[in-house]
Amino acid sequence: MRATRRGLLAAALALPAIARAQGPARVVVLGGGFGGASAARRLRQIAPEVAVTLIERSATYHACPFSNAVIAGLRDMAAQEFTYGALAADGVKVIAQAATHIDATARRVILADGGTVQYDRLILSPGIELRFKDIAGYSDVAAGVMPHAWKAGPQTLLLRDRLAAVPDGGTVVMSVPGNPYRCPPGPYERASLIAHYLKTHKPRAKLIVLDAKDAFSKQRLFQAAWKSLYPNLEWVGLSGGGKVVEVDAGSGTVKTEFASYKADLANIIPPQRAGAIALVSDVADRTGWCPIDPVSFESRLQPGIHVIGDAAIAGGMPKSAFAANAQAKVCAQAVADLLAGRTPGEPRLINTCYSIVAPDYGISVAGVYRPANGVLTDIEGAGGTSPLDAPPETRAEEARYAESWFRTITTEAFG
Amino acid sequence: MRTAAVLVLAAPLLIAAGPPPGASSCSGCHGAVVAGGIPPIAGRPATELTAAMRGFRDGSRKATLMDRLMKGFSDAEITAIAAFWANPS
Repeated sequence: MRATRRGLLAAALALPAIARAQGPARVVVLGGGFGGASAARRLRQIAPEVAVTLIERSATYHACPFSNAVIAGLRDMAAQEFTYGALAADGVKVIAQAATHIDATARRVILADGGTVQYDRLILSPGIELRFKDIAGYSDVAAGVMPHAWKAGPQTLLLRDRLAAVPDGGTVVMSVPGNPYRCPPGPYERASLIAHYLKTHKPRAKLIVLDAKDAFSKQRLFQAAWKSLYPNLEWVGLSGGGKVVEVDAGSGTVKTEFASYKADLANIIPPQRAGAIALVSDVADRTGWCPIDPVSFESRLQPGIHVIGDAAIAGGMPKSAFAANAQAKVCAQAVADLLAGRTPGEPRLINTCYSIVAPDYGISVAGVYRPANGVLTDIEGAGGTSPLDAPPETRAEEARYAESWFRTITTEAFG
Repeated sequence: MRTAAVLVLAAPLLIAAGPPPGASSCSGCHGAVVAGGIPPIAGRPATELTAAMRGFRDGSRKATLMDRLMKGFSDAEITAIAAFWANPS
C-alpha cells in the first residue's frame, strides 16, 4: 500500500515536468529583497529559457544594511532605496502585488486580488515577520511611538527623527531579542552609531541596551570599541536582567523581569519568525522558520518550494543580506539543474558581515559553510572576526570595504 | 547493448552545471572597480588569482578578511575558483 502511494506521489510530482514540455519552465520568486531579487536575476542569466516571475508588493525596496547609518544621521535614506526596473529589463516578469497563500500541491501562488500564478518551482524569500506579541504592550501601533526599525523604510526615518528629538541629558533604551533573528551584529552596530550620534549631538544623553542574551556576534570587538569610544553606552545582558518583557508606549516605559526603565526614546527590536506567507503555507515548522535541504534549498516540508534568506533554517549561516545573496545564487543554479534533469552539485557558501562602529571604523565577521549531516555547517578553522588588536588603518579599510560591498551587492541584486 | 547506449547518452545530463563550489559567493563583494574599495576579480589571470588566494590562506599576503575565508578551501578548490573567475561565464 505504502509503495503504491509513493508511486502515485512520484507520478503526481512528475506531472508539472510533463506539462512543461508544452512551454517554458515557470519559476516564481516570492519576495524581492536581497535573496529574491538576486535569485530572479541569476536564474535569467544562467537559464534564459526559463520564465521567471517575481512577486513583490512594494515598488521600492529599502535595504537594511547601512540603515543604522541613516538613523544616526550619517547617510541619506535615498542611498537605501532600490527598484525592480533592472529585473524587468532582464526579462523577469514583475507582479507588484502581495501573495496571500501558496498551494504547494497545485503549485500555484494565490495573490491578494484573488488571481493565481502557476509554477514548476517556487523560490520563497519572504524575509521576516516581527513577533510583536512576544513583548507585552508592543504592537504595530506601539511601534509608531517605540520604533523597531528592523524592516527598513518609514520605521528607519521615524527612529532617526525621534533620535534627533531626544533631549540632551535624555535616555535612549534599546531592546535586543534572543537568537535567531535578522542580522546578528545589527543591534550592536545600531547601538554603536546611536551612541556616536548622542556623543556628538547630545553629550549628556545616554543609551541603555537591554539584551535577551549574554553572548552576541563580534562581542569582544564591539565591547572593546564601546569602552574606548562610548562611555555613554551601557549594555545589560540576560544574566544582568536585560530581557525586555513589557513596554508601555504611552509612558515610554520599558520593563524587564527585574527593573523598569523610563525612556525618552525606546527602540524595540522584537523576536522574529519567517515571513507570514511561510507560516500560512506550511513551509515553516514549529520554530517559525523554514527547514531546507542544504544542497538545493528545497523545503523539507513542501516539495517544489525552495526557501532562501532570513526565513530559511540555514544551519551555521547567519540571517544576513550577504548570506541571502549567496544562497540565492546557489539556489538559482540548483533550480536550473533540477528543471533540466541534472542533480545539483554540493555547494560551498560564504558569508561576510561588516559592521560600522563609528565613521572610519569597520569590523567584520566571515564564515565558510558546506552541507554536513543535512544542514549547512561552519567549516572549522575558517572564518571568524577581525583581529582585536588591529590598527586604525585596518578599521578604516574595513569601513571602506563595507561601503564597497554595499555598492557591489546591491548592484548584483537590483542592478 | 541498447541499455548501455542509453546510459552513456543520459550520463552528461546528470552532471551538475555552474560555477565550482564557493565561486558564486565571490561576486557579493567583488564587482566593478570601486575607488579605495574591494578589488575586482572577473577576468584577472588565473595564476594571479590562485597566488592571491593561496597567499591569503598561508598568511604571506596581507588581508582584512580573505585570510579567514580562504582557510575554508583546498588547493584544488582554489585552482577551480581561479579558473572560473579568470573567464566567468
